[in-house]
Amino acid sequence: MELIPVIGLEMHAEMKSTTKVFSPAENTYNDISNLHVNKIDMAFPGILPLVNMECMEKAIEMALILNCNIPKIFMFDRKNYYYPDLPKGYQITQFNKPIGTNGYLTIDVDGEEKKVEILDIHLEEDSASLDHYSYFSLIDYNRAGVPLLETVSAPCIHSSKEAVAFLDTMKNIFRYTGISDADIKRGQIRCDVNVSMMEKGSSEFGTKVEVKNVNNIANVAATIEYEIKRQTELISAGRKDEIVQETRRYDEATNTTISMRSKADAIDYKYFVEPNIPPFNISDELVEEIKSRIPVLPNEKKLKYINELNLSSIEANIIVKDKEVSDYFDKLIELGTDIKLSTNWVINQVTDYINNNDINISELYLNPERLKYIIDQVISNKISNKQAKELFSKSLELNREPSELIKELGMEQLNDSDELRTLIISLLDNNKTQVEEYKNGKTNMFQFFVGQVMKETKGKANPVMVKEILTEEISNR
Amino acid sequence: MDSVILDLHNKLKNNEITSEELIKETLEKSKNIQNDLNPFVTICEETNIPKSIDNVLSGIPYVAKDNLSTKDILSTGSSNTLKDYVPFFDATVIERLNKKNACLIGKSAMDELGLGGTGTTCHTGVTKNPWDKTRITGGSSSGSACLVASGVVPFALGSDTGDSIRKPAAYCGIVGYKPTYGAISRFGLFPFASSLDHVGVLTRTVKDAAIVVDNVVGIDENDMTSIDLKSNLTESLTNNISGKKLFYIKNMLDINNYENPSDDLKNIINEFNKTIELARSLGATVDSVEFDQNLLNAIFPIYQCISCAEATSNDSNLTGIIFGPRGEGENYIDMIKNHRTNGFCSLIKRRFIIGSYVLQKENQEKYFLNAKRVRRLLVEKFNELFKTYDAMIMPAAGSIAPKIDSINEVINGTGSMQEVLENYMAIGNFGGYPSITIPNGFVSGMPIGINLTGAVYEDANVLNIAYTLESNMNYRNQIAKEVE
Repeated sequence: MELIPVIGLEMHAEMKSTTKVFSPAENTYNDISNLHVNKIDMAFPGILPLVNMECMEKAIEMALILNCNIPKIFMFDRKNYYYPDLPKGYQITQFNKPIGTNGYLTIDVDGEEKKVEILDIHLEEDSASLDHYSYFSLIDYNRAGVPLLETVSAPCIHSSKEAVAFLDTMKNIFRYTGISDADIKRGQIRCDVNVSMMEKGSSEFGTKVEVKNVNNIANVAATIEYEIKRQTELISAGRKDEIVQETRRYDEATNTTISMRSKADAIDYKYFVEPNIPPFNISDELVEEIKSRIPVLPNEKKLKYINELNLSSIEANIIVKDKEVSDYFDKLIELGTDIKLSTNWVINQVTDYINNNDINISELYLNPERLKYIIDQVISNKISNKQAKELFSKSLELNREPSELIKELGMEQLNDSDELRTLIISLLDNNKTQVEEYKNGKTNMFQFFVGQVMKETKGKANPVMVKEILTEEISNR
Repeated sequence: MDSVILDLHNKLKNNEITSEELIKETLEKSKNIQNDLNPFVTICEETNIPKSIDNVLSGIPYVAKDNLSTKDILSTGSSNTLKDYVPFFDATVIERLNKKNACLIGKSAMDELGLGGTGTTCHTGVTKNPWDKTRITGGSSSGSACLVASGVVPFALGSDTGDSIRKPAAYCGIVGYKPTYGAISRFGLFPFASSLDHVGVLTRTVKDAAIVVDNVVGIDENDMTSIDLKSNLTESLTNNISGKKLFYIKNMLDINNYENPSDDLKNIINEFNKTIELARSLGATVDSVEFDQNLLNAIFPIYQCISCAEATSNDSNLTGIIFGPRGEGENYIDMIKNHRTNGFCSLIKRRFIIGSYVLQKENQEKYFLNAKRVRRLLVEKFNELFKTYDAMIMPAAGSIAPKIDSINEVINGTGSMQEVLENYMAIGNFGGYPSITIPNGFVSGMPIGINLTGAVYEDANVLNIAYTLESNMNYRNQIAKEVE
């Protein structure tokens, strides 16, 4: 019996906005706790929510990108439950009328296109964050009321690879549009992962398990892998009934999932329409305007790289994967840098460096202008590739202009043909025996002379020119 | 004299009395009344006495219901869960009165968090009726009604979710007015049921109600449900209702529809009929309209469903974690439980359970959503009537203020006509209608009231009808006998 994993994802992304979704407190990440807090975020008696239209517009933008239907009238609902990180005792979310429904997103899974159906996308508020210690817990309300955009996929994903491709694509769209920074390290992306196993050829879903609050994409993949293994093993061992509808959590330490509560203990959230936000509409004109604001997205950009710049599909994929890398690359090209070399440098040296040093490309000392200088030196044969790499490293190590370093490191190539000719002539004059040997057929003596020139010039001589002049002069003997 | 506020304003302006004297006198009266009737949670000994009298509310003393957030002044909502809560921000309505230099001299007691209609569930004890100390004031704006009726202040702020301003006004022989939903911002009002909550005012004359409301209405950027009434109420009081069309609900005023009607009820209906005749003599027409009895019977149950449901959610912030006395317990669940078990009176707990029950997944469709549908049906019917009529005129209650010791807080749900008459004013909250109660004489020595309710935004029209009737009766500016 062959089993197919059936996976549905609920992806929460913290949105980028000036203020929080229902309060005028700043929406800024801060290491100092409880700095960006308004009385609304802490639910003091008598507060009322105020819908942030910037968040509404960004949420609509995402719904449009995901090809969703947008309702004519917007409203919000309350999701009621008690928890110390939820000051009001309810979360304002969209249950009855999400901002978008019935959409899809086309993703690339190892060169294969796949359409992921989107059931809905809705706007809601984040809870406060809790820090648990042995005897107590601390609450940070900075996050309370931060706008969250939740995207719910249909159960149409069948592997961890597809899930990762979907989440990566979503993450890239968030960054390209500025709807979210989608910063994994800051926990801006969190997922609820639904996994079940279905018999091949069957149309009946298996029992679904929900793994809540998985906080980065790699862990989503690990969660899926683990659940597939666990459920497959149970089914194979004839213990299918041990797979129960339940909520689990991912445990990073053991790389497994752990049961939290069964369906019987599921919380009844008692959803009802938020009475403090009157239903409102957004004009067709504004929706059109939002649509026109959507920037060039990764897929579109990838096609542009392939068709206009002749990049390979693999190269284009690597560059578009990170908006900032892509912006950096675009700037290089815009400055008129060689396309082939730009591509190689960005994909290899630049990407390696930012990954190894865990920095953003925007923080890289070698901005596109400086990298262009290095590439230009290679193009005009002033330095070798090897020297260019050395210059790249030194410049980043010292945060110094490559145009200054190139001189200090004595890297500038000797390209003066007169100077080289004088040097070669005197070399041939001083090594008459070797010239004779060459003339008598010992052709590897040519390399000896090249080596001598390089030695004399401390490697600065342009090797191409050396060979040309040497060939000329030696044949004149 | 049709306005106590204008009268005081003129005295202040002409230096017949200084602001200091007025406030001192008010505070003295306050303390006496507090000993006698217990209407205060807080008496503000220090209030901002204005340096000059530059508008009609300058230096006018008032009290605010204790569910309005007042910066640096204890605001308890008459609940033990907030017994030491001192807010750091003002409700919009308070802020607007501050700008007018009105003088807040105290915070009035109320049924705990607004969930009650008797004035007996305040954490500081029962508020007594100034006309008869053995009787309730009604609620939940009990302290506000008591203080206006006993002549301590010319106006008091209240809130009204079912009839919490208009019913105590009737029981205390004063004016109680809640404007159209959203006309006065709810920002800073401790919520009971957000879709039904209104901020309003209790006064001894209709004109005073108009004056106060004119000074606090308007769009508030902190309340997305706030609206602009676009009319000046005070200027709309013309004392002319010639050609106005009124109606009353026939089934509810037919004494034969009541099982064992009390003499008080008969007399209340008699007084009502006299007032209808008065309205007719002033040029208005008054029609009797038969209304679907099933819908009338539904008013009270759907009010319970919707208000309790919203209340259970609205009051979920009362956990003792961020503010209020921290509960004891090994974990947060026990701490919250402890705080809420000790904090709330039994009436509130029962209502939270009703609210929670009707919101449960398996019950929501049957109770909560059906209640909302019937609410809409009722509102559509009334909207239809308001296309023809300027206002509905009805008795504000089916009895005089009950005796304190007769109060049984358990909801009976008898479905009787008496129950309909006691609870129908929630219609004003269902539709967000402007609704005002004015005194309509006395029965068994206690004041009674009539209520006028009109279409949304028709506040000026409704108030003018009330004003004109008031001008032609003898119950304006009544101060309770027991305290005179």
